[in-house]
Amino acid sequence: MPIFSLVPWVVLIPVIGLSINLLLGRRLGEAFSGALATLAAGGSFVVAVLLAVGLSRDPHPVVVPFVDWITLGDFSARWAFRVDTLSVTMMLVVAGIGTLIHLYAIGYMHADVHHQGDPGRFTRFFVYLNLFIAAMMILVSADNFLMLFVGWEGVGLCSYLLIGFWFEKGKDGIANARAAKKAFIVNRIGDFGLLIALFLMVANFGSLDFSVVFEKAPALAAAAPGVLLAMTLFMLLGVTGKSAQIPLYVWLPDAMAGPTPVSALIHAATMVTAGVYLIIRSTPLFVLAPVAQATVTWVGALTAFFAATIALGQFDIKKVLAYSTISQLGFMVAAAGMGASVAAMFHLITHAFFKALLFLAAGSVILGMEKGHERAHQFDESGHKSAGFDPQDMRNMGGLRDRMPTTYWVYLIGALALSGIPPLAGFFSKDEILHAADQYHNLVFWILLLTAFLTALYMGRQLILVFGGTVRTRAAGASTENGAIILLPLILLAILTVLGGLINFPGLWTLDHWLEHTLEGLPPAVFSPLTALISVLIALGGLGTAYLVYLVTGQVIESNSPDPLERLGFLWKGIAARWKVDELYEAIIVRPYQRLAHFLASPIDQGLIDGISAGLAWLMQFFAELLRRLQNGFVRSYALVVLFGVVAILTYVVLVR
Amino acid sequence: MNTIPAEYYLILSAILFSLGILGVLLRRNALVVFMSLELMFNAGNLAFITFARMYQTISAQVVVFFVMTVAAAEVAIGLALMVEIFRTKRSIDIDQMNSLKG
Amino acid sequence: MNYSLLILTFFPLIGLPILLFLREEQKNAIRWSALLVSLVTFGLSLWVLSRFQPEAGLQMQIDLPWLNIAGIRVSFQMGIDGLSILLVLLTAFLTPLAILSTWESVTEQVKGFMMFFLMLETGMLGVFLAQDLVLFYIFWEFTLIPMYFLIGIWGGARRIYAAVKFFLFTMAGSVLMLLAILYLGLAGKSFSLSELATNRAMFANAQTWLFLAFAAAFAIKVPVWPLHTWLPDAHVEAPTAGSVILAGVLLKMGTYGFLRFNLPLFPQAALSFAPAMAVLAVIGILYGAIVSYQQKDVKKLVAYSSVSHLGFVMLGIFALTPRSLSGSILQMINHGLSTGALFLIVGMLYDRRHTREMSAYGGIWKVVPVLGALMLVVTLSSAGLPGLNGFVGEFTILMGSFASPVLNSPWFAGVATLGVVLAAVYLLVMFEKVFLGPLTHEENRTLKEITPREVVVLLPILILIGWIGLSPNFFFNLISPSVHQLTALLQAAAVAVR
Repeated sequence: MPIFSLVPWVVLIPVIGLSINLLLGRRLGEAFSGALATLAAGGSFVVAVLLAVGLSRDPHPVVVPFVDWITLGDFSARWAFRVDTLSVTMMLVVAGIGTLIHLYAIGYMHADVHHQGDPGRFTRFFVYLNLFIAAMMILVSADNFLMLFVGWEGVGLCSYLLIGFWFEKGKDGIANARAAKKAFIVNRIGDFGLLIALFLMVANFGSLDFSVVFEKAPALAAAAPGVLLAMTLFMLLGVTGKSAQIPLYVWLPDAMAGPTPVSALIHAATMVTAGVYLIIRSTPLFVLAPVAQATVTWVGALTAFFAATIALGQFDIKKVLAYSTISQLGFMVAAAGMGASVAAMFHLITHAFFKALLFLAAGSVILGMEKGHERAHQFDESGHKSAGFDPQDMRNMGGLRDRMPTTYWVYLIGALALSGIPPLAGFFSKDEILHAADQYHNLVFWILLLTAFLTALYMGRQLILVFGGTVRTRAAGASTENGAIILLPLILLAILTVLGGLINFPGLWTLDHWLEHTLEGLPPAVFSPLTALISVLIALGGLGTAYLVYLVTGQVIESNSPDPLERLGFLWKGIAARWKVDELYEAIIVRPYQRLAHFLASPIDQGLIDGISAGLAWLMQFFAELLRRLQNGFVRSYALVVLFGVVAILTYVVLVR
Repeated sequence: MNTIPAEYYLILSAILFSLGILGVLLRRNALVVFMSLELMFNAGNLAFITFARMYQTISAQVVVFFVMTVAAAEVAIGLALMVEIFRTKRSIDIDQMNSLKG
Repeated sequence: MNYSLLILTFFPLIGLPILLFLREEQKNAIRWSALLVSLVTFGLSLWVLSRFQPEAGLQMQIDLPWLNIAGIRVSFQMGIDGLSILLVLLTAFLTPLAILSTWESVTEQVKGFMMFFLMLETGMLGVFLAQDLVLFYIFWEFTLIPMYFLIGIWGGARRIYAAVKFFLFTMAGSVLMLLAILYLGLAGKSFSLSELATNRAMFANAQTWLFLAFAAAFAIKVPVWPLHTWLPDAHVEAPTAGSVILAGVLLKMGTYGFLRFNLPLFPQAALSFAPAMAVLAVIGILYGAIVSYQQKDVKKLVAYSSVSHLGFVMLGIFALTPRSLSGSILQMINHGLSTGALFLIVGMLYDRRHTREMSAYGGIWKVVPVLGALMLVVTLSSAGLPGLNGFVGEFTILMGSFASPVLNSPWFAGVATLGVVLAAVYLLVMFEKVFLGPLTHEENRTLKEITPREVVVLLPILILIGWIGLSPNFFFNLISPSVHQLTALLQAAAVAVR
């Protein structure tokens, strides 16, 4: 279909946008930069919509070659785009959410750059954001694993740049830069796994094209199942990096150092789901390695539970959402591992809606708090600019419902959707995953159910701490609602969150039918009323517990009063300290590496290896010192030596020979 | 006609050469050392001439000419050096010329 | 007879009499004429490229009778093929940029500096073009002399130590190579590479020792772990332009030597030594990366990173597959570009602040946004970010080595891949320490942003970084036919062993 030849433009439009912004943006000003970048993202979205329209008429996958890239003998990797229902779905999500967040960022970053005191950096933000859209599009539209890898690392780079956007800010001025570095390096460890998987593919299939790899995989599974298992497990390592699963999830909470639109777009809605996309895309490989599938499922389920517990003990409004994201990604990964690809994709889409909504709403709260803080202290007699004030700490909030009503309502919608309350989007998608888990393994089912309970609990806790209860600081008291450019994307996302369930409404199964053109051998979609009932009860139970704990039995009244959950004792200490995983990694990986580096650099390199060459030089000097004595400078003794030499040679010639 | 046997020439040459060696080794005056060197050259030359005569060959005589030219050149350079050294050191005692020792 | 290579090689020397006629005070005239000469040389190299036919193997050959050593003919024999064309281009490309980078950093004895630089260029071009062992050796040794003086006269505080160390290390290796060359000449009755390669049987029994002797010279130059300790000292003390050429071109003479001499002359020995060399290469990759992490001096960090990066090149060479060999040759170019650019930027910072200690910087991206952005691109290219040049080289090397029948184990490439992770660690730490975080030093607040001249120096490199990253086939097409000839030869040797 000729319309498919448009597909390179999903990448090219953002590239053009960022190029113009890079060259002219600073001269043409904020309004121009923001509008241009938003238009570029929107352009991508329009192209994605056109592709979707095309696919709805003829849903067969199409490969659109663009140009050659690496050709070496019989190996070749092209820049080629794949248009099928799966990739276009991802494009729609990325560009759609991306455009809304671009729009939001115009308002948010305008305030942020002034708050941080460097208005010149406004354009740079949109350059990065467009670069991200381009890289993400490369990732999801690739027709081979190598091009996917380009996007994969490309989004990692954007994540690095955007987390470190305020690279001179954060704790001690360096925390943001450190968080960015951490994200990149942890992701690199995952990329190491993905690279090895790629090498295994080249070695065994001779190609990285999806079609070739998937076609030859069954033969390999029959001949050498171990190789296929290794391939999929190394791929899983890549997934744990990008999608923040155990053991590589540690970068994502730190990544909240980035501006809030970044957290929403990259670290909640799109980039972190790349791992889920990779597993779903590689389903033909994973189904051939049941052990790998089981590993994926367990990694996902355990991550979901583990991160949910941590989310319960956080006070930073964005940190709660970050751990919640890790947890929800665990749901998706588990679903993908169980073979419930459609459920995973469904949850990916709905999660993109409501998590982007929650993050953007949280950003709105933070902006409101910052403004409130400035206003409250403007008339401060003592004139102190309480530097320690953290506008993201939920203990400093409270009672914002009346001051920021719109934000409150959209936040409520997002939180309920995340908790799994019908008829919001999250209910349907989470229910499908729970149903699949019920079919798959009892224990997985119970873990995910428990996680669902925790999810409702921490979201209830957050709602109450932020919007309910009493106003705990003057900043919270003075906070006000934000302007339309901030609120418009929120409202749009809230509508999507409410209606998102329709994408795969039980009985209609639109997404199932849409994706079955790409994913073969899908299990039939079933709606189980019993599972649905259990999950709704669990969600209500979680919210009810939160209500009981935070509004009835205990209440946070002062910004420094203890959390009612502290009654949990050592469990609370564990979750509040994030189970000390960062400290563990610091102790078993970072410090040993530093010690090793120090050991190699000083005693080994400068001591031993350089010492050997220095020792040789010293030896030469030593002998030179000995031989030097012979050169005493007296001509006559030289002559004598010459004489002896001549005599010796003559004696040899005459007598010995 | 009785000719002087070649051996006599060779013995004379050896004596002259040994004298030259002794001169080089024992004397400290640079000029005398030079003269001793010349003595050694000429002892060598004498031996060459003798052999030329013994074996009826011309090439040894040619060598003598080369030796003489080289010796002349060497003396010219050597004496020039001596003069320079004498100007700076006020002496041509070769035992004092040891500032380049290792 | 085709004289184009002769003209290309010796064209930089035309600059010498021109410079001699200029007075030392006419600094700008000296600089411009040196730049002009090197630019014309670059033009000549492009002209050679335009007439280069990848499929034709060794071409544009020139063969002039020259000397006789013990009845064995030494000829002035030059030629170019896929193994050398890119290195020739790189040399001719980097030299004018290096010269242009000295405008403000070299202000004393400019004439001598430029003369040595042009001599160095001739030496390097000769190394890559010579097809006769004696001629190669002469060019090889000849490059030492100008570099020795460039470090020793225009270098930093410990320049004499560094220059002598550089000289002695290289010399120690090349003496062994000289012995091997003489042996080859006597045993093979020729010094011509092509004749020797066809008459390999005549010295086949000694090839283990010959391989090792050549390897000694080349391994020191690369440098292969553990022969690398001259490199950090030389880099730290060398002037910027010297570092650029040292890292960009001189190190490649070592890896090129392996390709040009060790593989075709001693294929059986190469096959049997391949695992050992690959082990050294992998150790070098990890070791260089780990030690880099610990450095406080930016130049030292980049120097150790070179050990790591050239480990990849060595791994690719001794994996002995067409893919890995092509990747290695491309990676030589990539390393020349990225590391050259890193040194150029470090030099720019040095010109401004006269220190290379990372602790003297911090947070300067705020002050010099453009310089910081360029540095980021170069850093990422060095770290192997897909879409930039480093990735293409590293990926093809690792992909080829992973399935190499000679190494016969995925562990080499697998462990080497860890180097990619570690590269991100030390490079990002460096970028963070210099450019990110808060501005900790008052004097950095007034740092000058990049000047137009400096942009002109960096821009061509950046364009190539992007070009190779996005569309490397132009370069692979130049390399591939020669690489296939080489691997066919090795394949035949492997069969002969069985």
